[in-house]
Order: sequence, then structure tokens, then C-alpha cells
Amino acid sequence: MTLVLLVCLPFAGSLAATILLRTDSRVLAARMSGAVAFVSLVLTAALYPAVRDGGRVRLDLEWLPQLGLNVTLRMDGFAWLFAMLITGIGCLIVLYARYYMSEEDPVPRFFSFLLAFMGSMLGIVLSGNVILLSVFWELTSIFSFLLISYWHNNAAARDGARMALTITGIGGFCLLAGLLVLGHIVGSYDLDVVLSSGDQIKAHPLYLTALVLILIGALTKSAQVPFHFWLPNAMAAPTPVSAYLHSATMVKAGVFLLVRLWPALSGTYEWFMLVGIAGVSTLILGAYFAMFQQDLKGLLAYSTISHLGLITTLLSLGSPVAAVAAIFHMMNHATFKASLFMAAGIIDHETGTRDMRRLSGLFKYLPITGTLAMVASAAMAGVPLLNGFISKEMFFAEAVETHADSVLDRMLPYVATLAGAFSVAYSLRFIHMVFFGPEPTDLPKPKPHEPPHWMRFPIEFLVLACLVVGIIPSLSIGPFLHSAVVSVLGTRTPEYSLAVWHGINTPLIMSMIALIGGAALYAVLKDYLARCDDGPPLFRHLGGQRIFERVLVTVSWKWARWLESRLSTRNLQPQLRLVAAAGLLAGVVPLYMAGFAPTPLVFGDIDPIFAAIWSIGAFCALGAAYQAKYHRLAALVLLGGAGITTCITFVWLSAPDLAITQLVVEIVTTVLLLLGLRWLPKRSEKVDNSVTLSARSRRFRDFLLAVSCGFGMFVFSYAIMNQPVPDAIASYFLEKAYTEGGGRNVVNVILVDFRGFDTMGEIAVLAIVALTVFALLRRFRPAPDSIEKPEQQLIQAAYDAERPERSAGDTVRDYLLVPSVIMQWMFPVIITFAIYLFLRGHDLPGGGFAGGVTMAIAFLLQYLGGGVRWSEDRLRILPLRWMGVGLLLAAITGMGAWAFGYPFLTSYSQYVEIPFIGKVPAATALFFDLGVFSLVVGATVLILIALAHQSIRMHRVRNLEAPKAEEA
Amino acid sequence: MELVLSIGIGIMTGSGVWLILRPRTYQVIIGLSLLSYAVNLFIFAVGGVKSNAAPLLEEGVDISTMTDPVPHALVLTAIVIGFATTALFLVVLLAARGLTGTDHVDGREQPK
Repeated sequence: MTLVLLVCLPFAGSLAATILLRTDSRVLAARMSGAVAFVSLVLTAALYPAVRDGGRVRLDLEWLPQLGLNVTLRMDGFAWLFAMLITGIGCLIVLYARYYMSEEDPVPRFFSFLLAFMGSMLGIVLSGNVILLSVFWELTSIFSFLLISYWHNNAAARDGARMALTITGIGGFCLLAGLLVLGHIVGSYDLDVVLSSGDQIKAHPLYLTALVLILIGALTKSAQVPFHFWLPNAMAAPTPVSAYLHSATMVKAGVFLLVRLWPALSGTYEWFMLVGIAGVSTLILGAYFAMFQQDLKGLLAYSTISHLGLITTLLSLGSPVAAVAAIFHMMNHATFKASLFMAAGIIDHETGTRDMRRLSGLFKYLPITGTLAMVASAAMAGVPLLNGFISKEMFFAEAVETHADSVLDRMLPYVATLAGAFSVAYSLRFIHMVFFGPEPTDLPKPKPHEPPHWMRFPIEFLVLACLVVGIIPSLSIGPFLHSAVVSVLGTRTPEYSLAVWHGINTPLIMSMIALIGGAALYAVLKDYLARCDDGPPLFRHLGGQRIFERVLVTVSWKWARWLESRLSTRNLQPQLRLVAAAGLLAGVVPLYMAGFAPTPLVFGDIDPIFAAIWSIGAFCALGAAYQAKYHRLAALVLLGGAGITTCITFVWLSAPDLAITQLVVEIVTTVLLLLGLRWLPKRSEKVDNSVTLSARSRRFRDFLLAVSCGFGMFVFSYAIMNQPVPDAIASYFLEKAYTEGGGRNVVNVILVDFRGFDTMGEIAVLAIVALTVFALLRRFRPAPDSIEKPEQQLIQAAYDAERPERSAGDTVRDYLLVPSVIMQWMFPVIITFAIYLFLRGHDLPGGGFAGGVTMAIAFLLQYLGGGVRWSEDRLRILPLRWMGVGLLLAAITGMGAWAFGYPFLTSYSQYVEIPFIGKVPAATALFFDLGVFSLVVGATVLILIALAHQSIRMHRVRNLEAPKAEEA
Repeated sequence: MELVLSIGIGIMTGSGVWLILRPRTYQVIIGLSLLSYAVNLFIFAVGGVKSNAAPLLEEGVDISTMTDPVPHALVLTAIVIGFATTALFLVVLLAARGLTGTDHVDGREQPK
């Protein structure tokens, strides 16, 4: 349970910090984050007894057990050590950032991201399921992106963040693929199972695939050559981020994963070569590049790359002692590198620059920070009595040993010594150039002074840790390291000693050579370094960054544009043609492959009336297709004819519910399209009869396509109708409708009860569409040639104007006098009918949909008969209210089932005794249906009224614009 | 019965497909409406075509003689949603016509 808390707490804190976003106080967010980090640290520390000596804590929550995906959290000694590192350094970073961040920055956002990152990192460490691990892995990439781009006004920060996200994102994707392969090999995604089946994995033919993919993931994250270049660019992040992510945690995730999967994957020749080459080249190149950086943080970034290379190299060797050294060095590196980053941040903060060519002689101004930085740099250089020395000695000792005999292995001692010398040189340079030498002359902030004590405290603490671990390793870190090692290596745990003094042996001599050589190297290069450009000679112009940018532009711009120009079109017709053709093929090809033979036609049982109705229907459909271009009204009437045919078919073939719904919807659709006609351009047949040949051939092609689609549908539906209907789920619904749904109309029971959730979604869609229509029409601007009053209205107005006894608008009113009186009288009748349809819905054809649309028609007729103004003077319909009430009612009815311990939308039915009427069936589904009813009324009325209003609005626009035109 | 209905579905589909391939927005909206009739009828027909066998439960009527109510429920919602999408399309069509000044489906007249 503590594990869940440990992972969730930082995320909760992150959310809480976003709530503070509006406040001005930076202290509040920092205090809250500090508290979260500290509680996490205490929680982690409290788990130590459980993980000591190979013990582990494990928690399983089922998520998708069928797929082997579970939320499994586990903590063993190694995870514990890492969790301590994450939470402990997290605490110190929060404290440091509290002073580092300036008043102008949105501080709560920073802490929110930082805590979320901490949570993701803890997630990686504590995941007991490799897929879960990959999820947290991606989260760290995302939050790292957000943290690096924290100063998002800065272009370098944006670019650095994007590059980091791209590289680690690609790595994360490969990692997921690799872990999936791994899970496939083992048959389980559980980490414990994976770790215990090392031999099976290494013997499997897919081993190399899994290994390469996982290594890409780990090496990108840990900034190993050739993926290293994102890390120096990520230095545009605020310094606390660099100190936390780019020294102690995120870049360690890669090597963490290598250690985690070490028992399962390591020890093969492929492992040695792949990991080894990456590690050794990173070790030496990182150290070499670091020497020539002018930016303080750049130097530290390359040094981090180099140290990560050292850890990777150790892991590649496949020997247990090397793994111990790797784990140990991870911890040591985190302590001294985080403190150095924070020191660099203080220098930047106090002087305003990080350029080593401008910094010098700062020791006088920053004596305490300077001393601390010196100790930390000495640890980085591997000076005796500091923690860096011990793990580096272990590395040298391992480098001398022979592991997998090859050129790489024989080269290793020399490379290690050389890299050691480089690291001595850049550490020396860091200290000498910044703190010693002449007085600084051109600092942006001329009077640097020591920062507040609490800002320095994190560095003091970490430097103290460096000293303690370096002097009495076995008493300080010893037991914790041992439980970490045992949890990784298990029975293969080697004998190792953490003593400072092993006597004079090869590693010590190597260390001495490195120290002296490094100092000599710096002495030689000092003058050159004080002047030279940023970046190492020879490699200065071979920027990984530039290659990356170029690749990115090629892939995401040039190739994408090329593909788009080849594959896409901005015209709708070719696209629809493709869709129709694809639909035809998707129907024909499988049938042809399956050896489909058309069903022989049977002419015997044709009902003459049905055939007559359908001949009218077919005529209407063809006529609509023919007339839709020039005679829109005729096409609309014909469309209505086709709709009525459909409706009659439903009646004929035992679907009364469908027939009612189709009928009422047909009415509103027709009115809808009629309202739209007014805004379409005039089109007369005479205008364009210059049909070109290409247009003709295009039409012929479309005609063929249409005929084949129609013929295909005919053959297909005829075949289907002549199949016996299989007994699928129909009988289930028919049997249970009355006993469980309490209704006799099975269709309605399905809609409001069995499949109520679908209906719920559907009415939500209806509401969304209605609102969208409403919103679109609010900003509606008709084309200029549609703004004028329609021709018919002009003729009527002219007729009124000619005759003195008539006033304007009389003709319009007279036209619909009789119908409008009838429509007014019908108003209550139609409403009653709508209610009747609704109420009988559960037992007889009808229901919420049909009733709702009928109700809407009642309103609509008043608009049609009396005009918009007349109706709105007498009738206030609030469609939005109807919709809201409907949606709420449906949802609340659904939720009501929870109160009785049933799932959402479970309905209840029984008979109710009503005086004078007798027993009446009542089901809670009726309330749900009432919601449907109300929503359908609201949505339909909203759509139609919004459209009808346009003609009034345009009238108003005309009136407003007419005086303006006169003035002009 | 089956023959007539399937010919009807075929004709409606053909007319609908023809219309959605035309360049004017109004043609497309009529075409989509015709297609939706055809598709609704087709889904409905999958449940079997029988007269006088509405899925309304009454005493003494054997449920095995009734038509399948599931396609009915599916088509019923499809009819209502069809109305909603037609309305949406109509409004988009009108807005596009207002913005671009043409009722061509691409928002501009095809170059001759």
C-alpha cells in the first residue's frame, strides 16, 4: 500500500500545485512540493527493513489480466536505493529551486512539473510489470520535455526540449517494442518472471531483436553515443532541472534499466559488443568533448555523458563485480554531479554568465561555494578519500581484468586511463578558470556574493555525503549497496570490498597516471582553452544537433510534402470516388474469394401493390438524382417520395416503430432542407451547357461506379434476404423484454433499457450536433447575392405597393391564411398526439424519439403558419432548456440505479395502482424515455428555429446597412 | 417481396452514389439522404422480411414468429442521427457557401 502512495503522492502534489497556479506566492508551492518530496523520502526510508538482504515488497492490482497487463509495483534493494536517490535529491532540489527561481517565473508550474517528473521516475523504479515500466518511461520523457521548455519564450529551450523529446521518444518507442518482444519470449510481462528466465531469453532466436530495441531505449535515455547530443542542448533548462534530471535521475533511467535487466540479458557476446562499444566510445568522447566546453553547464553535461559511458562500460563486461561498481558509481555520480550543477547555478545566478572565458577569480567573492565545488570536482576527478575515487578504482580494476577476449577488451585499460586523465583535466579546468586567476572584468553582474545559506545547503549536504562515503564507505553506504547488489545479482553476488586502501596495485597506478597526466594536460592546454571557441577541435563543426535538424526537416517536411503531393488531393470528388470504389471492392472481393453465387431470382410471390409502391419509390429516387442540380425543389419533393416509400415498407414489413419515426423525421428533414434552399445560389440550365470531353468522361465513370454500386447492393441484399435468419440475440430480447424490461414493445425496451447506454450516447450526439448547428449559425454570413429578399417576396411587395387599399405584407399573410388557421387549431391536437405516442411507447409503437419529433413538429407548424415573429410573440420555447433537462433526466435516471446497488441504467418496472384508471405498468425506463423525448424536442426545435431565424437576422442586417450605403 | 425490396435498395444506392460524386453541395446532401434510406432498409432487411409479425408481445403470440427487433432498434437510432447529420451538413454547406461564394464542394469552382 505504501508503494501505491509513493507513486501517487507526487502526482497528487503536482495536481495540487497547478491549483496554486493563480497565486503569486512562490513560497507556498515550494513548501508544498518540499513536503511532498520529504514525505516520499520518509516513506521510502521506512520500507528499508522489508527490502534488506534480498527481501522485496510487491503489490498486484489487476488491470487487464487477460493480456498480462497488471499494475504491479515491486520494491527490492536496488529499487529502494534508487527511490532514495530520487526522493532525497528531489527534496534538496526543491529547496534549491525555492531560492533559484525568480519572482517573474510561474513558479507553481515549475514545481508541478517537477513533482510529476518525480512521480514518473518513481514509477519506473517501482514498476513490476515491464509494460507499466514503459508507460512511466514515456511519462518521464514528456515531463522532461515540459521542464526543459519551462522558459518557453527562449528558442534554445524550445529546440532543446523538442530534441530531447524526439530522441528519447523514439527510444521509448523502441523500448516498448523491445519489451513486448521480451514478453513474447518469456510469456509474461511480469518483471520477476522475466528476470528469472534469463537462459530462456538468451537462447531464443528473437533475443538479438529484443536486445537491440531495448538498448536503443536505454542508450537514448542515458545519452550514449551516438544519441548523446540531446543532453548538452537540454542545458537550456533551469539549473535545478539540469541538476535533477540530467545528473541524478532521468539520464540514470537508461542505466537503471540496463542494471534491472542485467540478469536477463547480459553475459552474451552481443551484449558485450553492443553495450561495450557504446559505453567505451561515450566514455572517451564525452570526456574529450567536456574539456573543450566554454559553458559551465555544457562541461558538466559532457562530463555526465562520459560518466554514464563509464557505467555502461562496466555493465557491458558482464561480471558481477563490475555490476556492483556500476551501481555504486551511479550513486556517487548523482551526489557529486548534482552538487556541481547546483554550484554552477549559483555562479550563473550571482555573476549572470556561465561562460568560462569571462569568469575568473571568483574565490574571493564566493569562498564557501568555491570550496564546496572544489571538493565535488575532486570527487568527479577521482581524487582519493572521495566517493568518486572508490568507484573509479573498481572500474580500473575491472578494466584490467580480461572478460570477453577481443580488441575492445584489450584496449580497455588504456582507454580507461586516458578518460580518467581527461576527467582530471576538465575538473581542474572547471575550478581553476572559475575560481582562480585574475579579477573578473566583464561580468554582467559586477558584485557577486554568497547566496542565502539555504540555497547552499543542498550542495553542502551532498558534498558531505561525498566525503563520508569516500572516507568510510563500508560504514556509510555499505549495507544499502549490499542489499541493492543482492537484489540484482541474487546468488551471483560476488565478494567485493569497499575499502579506500587496497595497497599499491595496478588500479592505483592507473589512478596516479590519470591524475598526473590530467594535470599536465591541463597545464599544456590552459592558454588555448582560455581563448578557443566552444566545442572540441576537429569535431566543432560536426554537430550532432545539425545532423538531427537536417534529418528532422527531411523526414517531417520534405518527405511529408512529397507524399502529400503524390497521394492527396484538395478536391472532394476524387476522394469520394475512391471511397465509393473502395466500398464496392470491399464488398465484391471477399464475396468473390468465397465463391459467392448469386441467388436465383424468384418472381412468384411478388405482391402487386408492394411492387407498385416501389416503382413509385424507384422513380422518385432516380428523379431526385436527375433533378438535384437544376431543380432543387423538385428534387426535394422526390426525395420526400422516396422517404415515404421507405416508411410504407417499414409498415408493410412489421416495423411500426420505424415507420412512425421515419414519417416524422421525414417531415422535419423536408422542412429543414426547404429552409436551406433560400440561401443557395440561383442556377439555371442555360448557363453552362458547354460540357467538355473530360467532364463527359468523368460523368460516365461516375455513372458506371454508381450503377455498379447499386447493382452490387441489389445482388447482395437479395442474397441476404433469402438466407434463413439465424437465431442470434433476437430471441433473448423477445423473451426478456416483458419479464425484465416490463414492456411489450420490444424495440422500445431495447432502446431504453437493454441498450440504454447506446441511446444515452446517441442523444448526447444529437445534443452536440444541435449546439454545433446553433453555434455555426450565430456567425452565419450569407453570400452577397443571397442577402436580397427572395424574388417571390419582391413580387408580392410590388403587388402590395401598386394597390392603394393594400398595406405591405398583406399578400404574404393572405397566401397561408387558411392553412395557418388550421395549423393553429391543430397545435393542441398534435401535442396531445405527441404525448400519446410517448406514453404508449413502452408497450405499443411510439416512444421518446417519435414523440419528441412530433412535439417539435407542433412548434414548427406554428412557425410555418404564422411566421417567426408572430409565433415568438405568443410562444416562448427554450430549446436549450429542453435539451439540458432531457440529458440530465436521462443521466439521473441511469444513476438512480446506483442508489440501489445496480449498474448504471438498470431499470425497474412494476404495476402501479392508480385510482379510477386501475393497474398501470410503470418502469423507471419511462423517465429515461422522457429524457430522450425532451432532448429530441429541444434539439430538433433548436436546429430548425436557428435556421428559420436567419431570414429575420438578414432583414435586420439589411436595415442596418442600407443607411450606410446611402451615406457613401 | 424480397426481389422488389432489393431492387429498390439497389436503385436508391445507385442514385445516392451518383449524387455524392457530383460537384454541387446540394446534390451531395440529397445523395447522402438517399444513401441513408438504402442503408437503413438494408440493415432492416438483414433481420428478415415478414409481414404482420411486429415485435410487440401479446398473450398467445409465439415469439418465434416475430421479426428480429434488434435491427429495428439500430435503424431507429440511425434515422434520428441521420436527421442530425443532415442538419449539420446543411448548415456547414450554407456557411461554406457564405464564406466562399460558391456552392461547389471544394469551396471554389473547378478550373476549366
